[in-house]
Amino acid sequence: MNIYICVGSSCHLKGSYNIINLMKEALEKNSLSDKVNVSAAFCLGRCTDGVTIKVDDEIITGVSPDNFNDIFDKYVLKGNL
Amino acid sequence: MNGRIFDTRVQWLKYKVLKEVAKHAYADTLQDAYREIPKAIIPDGAKATMRCCIYKERAVLGERVHSALGGDPENPNVIQVLDIACDECPVSGYTVGPDCRGCIAHRCEEVCPRGAITVEGQHAQIDHSKCVGCGKCASVCPYNAISKHTRPCENACKVNAIHMNEEKKAEIDNGKCISCGSCVYMCPFGAIVDRSFIVDVIKLLRASKNNRNYKVYAVVAPSVSSQFNYAKLGQVISGLKTLGFYNVIEAALGADMVSLSESRELAERGFLTSSCCPAFVDYIKKNFPAMTDKISSNLSPMGAVGKFVKATDPEAKVVFIGPCTAKKMEFQLPEVSPYVDGVLTFEELHALFEACEIDLTALEEDVLDNASYYGRIFARSGGLSDAVAQAFREQDIKDFEAKPVVCNGIEECKLALLKASRNLLPGNFIEGMACINGCIGGAGCLTHGPKDKNEVDEYGRLALEKTIESAAGITFGVSPEKE
Repeated sequence: MNIYICVGSSCHLKGSYNIINLMKEALEKNSLSDKVNVSAAFCLGRCTDGVTIKVDDEIITGVSPDNFNDIFDKYVLKGNL
Repeated sequence: MNGRIFDTRVQWLKYKVLKEVAKHAYADTLQDAYREIPKAIIPDGAKATMRCCIYKERAVLGERVHSALGGDPENPNVIQVLDIACDECPVSGYTVGPDCRGCIAHRCEEVCPRGAITVEGQHAQIDHSKCVGCGKCASVCPYNAISKHTRPCENACKVNAIHMNEEKKAEIDNGKCISCGSCVYMCPFGAIVDRSFIVDVIKLLRASKNNRNYKVYAVVAPSVSSQFNYAKLGQVISGLKTLGFYNVIEAALGADMVSLSESRELAERGFLTSSCCPAFVDYIKKNFPAMTDKISSNLSPMGAVGKFVKATDPEAKVVFIGPCTAKKMEFQLPEVSPYVDGVLTFEELHALFEACEIDLTALEEDVLDNASYYGRIFARSGGLSDAVAQAFREQDIKDFEAKPVVCNGIEECKLALLKASRNLLPGNFIEGMACINGCIGGAGCLTHGPKDKNEVDEYGRLALEKTIESAAGITFGVSPEKE
């Protein structure tokens, strides 16, 4: 599985660097670090919708520390099963 | 001419040509550029204001068009002389002016070590076949009647790369030139130019078909904070996206990557010279070849961020936009060319905005934030050393003490390199910047002013990330080192 986290200026200012850290922690906690490849992307083209990430080909917008766990469960854990 | 946009009328003239060339490039009419642009700028019936007649003015403009289209492909240097534009300034050296009163003391005659001065008819005369240009006569004359006349280009060139040929035209020795652009900025007739890649960049943008075929990223130098005084930085970012760039990224992020890596390398190797300024690196290679192995093995911030962008998007095209003419040489180096596809100066970017009729002041403000305070202050002299010191603290490197020597301008660089080559330098890291004040003094800047440094520092303080590691953390281990 490939996860891209937008690090463009707009997402950065909305907190994307925190999401990267949360993602790394969550993957480690679930022992998925080897199976999931996390990388940065400059702009996923959805600058106005909050922090944007892409899980394989699916774009998810408005990611925040509050909804991170739900998004991780829905897109990463389920997608991994 | 708007005095706020440029420092000089030479820059304005260059801009007029770049703008017209860009318009022709967009209209697919470049074949008409040589014929039409000189006439569009100097129309029939105009009066000559710069040269002897409008035909000479148009001929020079034709040469400027040539340079804007990419210049002489046979000449590997991006800094080139426009022969017919060189006004053959007098090269008289020290001369006695009308203020000489033919005094009785004759201090000038007494002090001259070569016996080059005689006083005849109550007026001092200098025999130029004997004069060695030491300047002692000028310093002792109580009337300040003796002055030095050197060509502005020769005076600007601190690496002695410019001399006069038999026709008294300026000639550049490519074996010495470091492409810093100092002569380009200083020549009062605009006879030395930095050849442009503006047409290549326009082609790159157009062939991307609105970033569908591939994405074009603009990497912007932090000195942008002291430029485009007529608009807000956020509007410049919007303008770049309006031009068709997919995204705009700070070169300062590359600076963050470099400062972490360079500080580790310094601790490991014990002595290092910086690799950020391509003119400084070129200077070492040409003048201190024995010290070439002391140059940091890191790419410049431009190269580092280009490498990172291409790691995230292998199809990406990267255009660097900054104050620097030497970057136009650097991006062609084999170790850099995989990561950077084009280079524009701020002057050229301004021309591109105007050619596309983009009024920055009417645009919404976009955001630019990829780097830390320390990455951003690379734009001014001393910034790199501050960043390396901070990188030592952040990485908890304790068994080695960094002693940076900040060299502001190529003359200070020369002095430090001379001392270092004899093991006399009180320091172990040379921060070398060829331009005075650092990148904010670059020849490709629109304006140069005393507030530029403050503007860079202020821009640095606005960065969201407060540490180098937090900013560079997103690069997922992409190494800024050369491969």
